[in-house]
Amino acid sequence: MSAGVLFDAPGPRARLRHNVLTLVGVVGLLLIGWFVWRRMSQAGQWDADLWTPFLDPQVWTGLILPGLWGTLTAAAVAAVLALAFGVVFGLGRLSDHAWLRLPSAWIVEFFRAVPVLIMIFFAQYGTFALIGEVLPAFWAVVIGLTLYNGSVLAEVFRSGVLAVPRGQSEAAYALGLRKGEVMRLVLLPQAVTAMLPAIVSQMVVLLKDTALGYIISYEDLLNAGFRTVPANFGNIIPAAIVVALIYIVINLALGWFATRLEARSRRSRKSTAAPVTAPPPPGA
Amino acid sequence: MEALFDNREAILAGFWATIRLAAMSALLSLVLGTLLAALRVAPVPVLRWSGTVYVNVLRNTPLTLVLLFCSLGISNTLQLNFDVYDPSFNGYWLAIVGLTAYTATFVCETLRSGINTVPLGQAEAARAIGLTFFQSMRLVILPQAFRAVITPLGSVLIALTKNTTVVIVAGYAEAAFVMKEMLYESTGGTLEIFLGFALGFVVLTLPIGFLTGRLARRLEVKR
Repeated sequence: MSAGVLFDAPGPRARLRHNVLTLVGVVGLLLIGWFVWRRMSQAGQWDADLWTPFLDPQVWTGLILPGLWGTLTAAAVAAVLALAFGVVFGLGRLSDHAWLRLPSAWIVEFFRAVPVLIMIFFAQYGTFALIGEVLPAFWAVVIGLTLYNGSVLAEVFRSGVLAVPRGQSEAAYALGLRKGEVMRLVLLPQAVTAMLPAIVSQMVVLLKDTALGYIISYEDLLNAGFRTVPANFGNIIPAAIVVALIYIVINLALGWFATRLEARSRRSRKSTAAPVTAPPPPGA
Repeated sequence: MEALFDNREAILAGFWATIRLAAMSALLSLVLGTLLAALRVAPVPVLRWSGTVYVNVLRNTPLTLVLLFCSLGISNTLQLNFDVYDPSFNGYWLAIVGLTAYTATFVCETLRSGINTVPLGQAEAARAIGLTFFQSMRLVILPQAFRAVITPLGSVLIALTKNTTVVIVAGYAEAAFVMKEMLYESTGGTLEIFLGFALGFVVLTLPIGFLTGRLARRLEVKR
């Protein structure tokens, strides 16, 4: 239901009310804006020398872009590993064998219930207990993100396969295909179309969570833009705004891509499965 | 088990801080999220537009940055504080501000998707029998919308509980902070420490999923 159906075409009184609400809204926004502006100027945050570093190409090539590269590589490696993790445990949970299905279910539910940060800490220090060396921050971030997002993706894969109508697999079995062939030739191709939007949405979550690397001093965008830059120029607030803008642009682009994919898979007649969304939490 | 047992008081204090953070920000973000959802379906373009901008900005910024901004930006630079003389109280409420500002966007989007699950005919029928906008919202649309989003709201609350660990960057000591201290100091027992804290979070989040799941089934709208 779109919001447009909620309202009648406004009559004279409703139009007056809308105009009053518009006025209230504009005045409210102006008040907020004025308050922020005044606070910022009291703290001297509009001084030009806090903002000009972002016009300096060296700040970008020397600090921010390498940081962005760190964020993107960690996200890319974690995304690939999480997809593999998701396929293995998502299909494992669909297995006919209890010895495969039950451990997969336990692993997936466990890693979905534990905060990513706890896993990152453990990945960093747990290896110290095992091999006597603290794991590089990059791999600690990647492992933490892989375990959590892989578990969510496992649920996405599972619900994607379950979203294919039963008649499809029954027909495939009736043709004499074997279990592996039914999955590979009939279920998975249709399931992928249905779950692609959910996968891309999860990538937004993964990309945002790379910022947790800041906490263990991984050289990512947040660390470069929000620790190193302010350390040199003392411009915490301008740095926060610029770094946030970079994250927002990337994530909006990914989100837009996911919406496009979802519209396409809704129209698609290649798949009999409806698009799947994020799975409900454990216990529900 | 020794490492966990010796530090049981610090661990329990950490989890108590986690619970306090999660409960207060859950309450506030449900309120703020409902307000934002109301803005986003409002008939006035200025309100709708400001709701959309707020949600898209906060939802696409990493929580780490939001919370860092609360402590380094709002508190240190802009000198907006709740109580300068009580760092623990101040840190708690600054963390609440960050968690609420971030989580409210997810509450808002969940509620909005709930409004979208109500069939068109319901709104048309409500209008056909002469209900005004507020009457049809209050009596027909919102009751159905709220009942459709109980499970997704449970997911948001679970995510919030897990996200309280990120408060470590805002300088308020909760469970993840205690875990990090223990990992720094200890010479062994890393696995036990991890499993202990993981179990703590499982214990905190499972009931939320269980309760919202049961509630959702009991209140499900039969169509």
